[in-house]
Amino acid sequence: MTESLYERIGGEPAVEAAVDLFYRKVLHDTTTAPFFFHTDMDAQRAKQKSFLTMVFGGPNEYTGKDLRTAHAQLVKDGLNDSHFDAVAGHLQATLEELGVAADTVSEVMAIAGSTRDDVLNR
Amino acid sequence: MTTSSTDNTLPPETPAARVRYGDKIVRCAPGETVLEGLLRAGAEIPYSCRNGTCMTCISRAVRGTVPAEAQKGIKDTLRGQDYFLSCICKPTEDLEIAPPEDADLFGRAAVTAVDHLSKNICRVRLTSATPLYYHAGQFLNLRRDDGLTRSYSLASVPSLEPYLEIHVKRLPGGQMSNWIYDDLQPGVSIDIQGPSGGCFYFPGNKAQPMLLIGNGSGLAPLIGIARDALKDGHTGPIHLYHGTQFSGGLYLDDTLRQMDADHGNFFYNACLSRGEDAECCHGRAEDIALADHTDLSDWRVFLCGYPPMVRDAQRRAFLAGAALADIYIDAFELRDLRTEPRE
Repeated sequence: MTESLYERIGGEPAVEAAVDLFYRKVLHDTTTAPFFFHTDMDAQRAKQKSFLTMVFGGPNEYTGKDLRTAHAQLVKDGLNDSHFDAVAGHLQATLEELGVAADTVSEVMAIAGSTRDDVLNR
Repeated sequence: MTTSSTDNTLPPETPAARVRYGDKIVRCAPGETVLEGLLRAGAEIPYSCRNGTCMTCISRAVRGTVPAEAQKGIKDTLRGQDYFLSCICKPTEDLEIAPPEDADLFGRAAVTAVDHLSKNICRVRLTSATPLYYHAGQFLNLRRDDGLTRSYSLASVPSLEPYLEIHVKRLPGGQMSNWIYDDLQPGVSIDIQGPSGGCFYFPGNKAQPMLLIGNGSGLAPLIGIARDALKDGHTGPIHLYHGTQFSGGLYLDDTLRQMDADHGNFFYNACLSRGEDAECCHGRAEDIALADHTDLSDWRVFLCGYPPMVRDAQRRAFLAGAALADIYIDAFELRDLRTEPRE
């Protein structure tokens, strides 16, 4: 039986390892950081953990509707494709830094890419 | 389908949940909290921080179920009795709520000392009528006899002191802080609720370096945490930065310098944002601390005091490499409006 994407990537410990790295990259980037200035960091980390669990193909209750609701105000504030691309780039860099195999990274990035329209409320 | 069966049940997409509180019934719009709805309707309900920290607005759900996140940080015994925080409760169904039962929440404590350590800060020591299990750095709610309630962090360490110690900074327009500073006398009893909060020293990982940054009376939890860690045999370096405007605000300067002299791994840095003093650093405590320690990977960080400082330093400490789970914060949310800008 083949392992699921979530199992191959390392399950919950992998998400736990990725979330701080990913969040830190997003905050270091001056184009994406301003969208996070007024959020509670601990709550934000919990949301990012849910998001990463989803794109890692793991068990989660995150839905497209949640992504839309969560980003609606940010889209009004100017969130656009360039920010989405930047965040996706940080996700890819995080996975590479953690030594995830290239074809697994591609699978994750495909799931992440599929959230674009929900995130940007289109 | 009969119409009568739907009277008390809102369909999932109904834009409002009804909340009954005493003789008032309010409708909470989606995203609106129970507290916001009640205040809009003119209900009398105590509250303070409005962000799920201080526990002042704790209430009981008599009918209906509150979302799980509305019970965040409430101890199990109270959660089991359907206590929740109205300021973070966005109701998803109709609720009937009631004020807390006093006996569930409040104990009585006697004031044993009030020492004025600076022109704005006093140290209050209290003895609880029943022993309190707590950690230095957690906070208590104090309730005056007229119901006015405010939160104060604990500087005392239970294994070192028989009393509870808090530091109260007098704030412009602060009803409670001015009353405590000016009028509170030893011998008086007051209601206490708590302890609450997760900003304290967890034993273990004794070699981990620790960075403690606080301004004003944000020193109270930090000195408690530092003494708790030292008592526990922490071996890693503990760097404490206390920030204030002028040297008069360094209200435990002698104590901290003595701790620095007594312990090879405790380092005290007094930081003045406006005053000049040869013994002090000059600038904001968080700026100085984060310039002194640029790589915080595997550090434990404690940030206490003025909320914008705490939030800003939390982000900067995280960017400097500290894991978010290793950053403990205690932001002093102020109920009374601040009328003077930050130092």
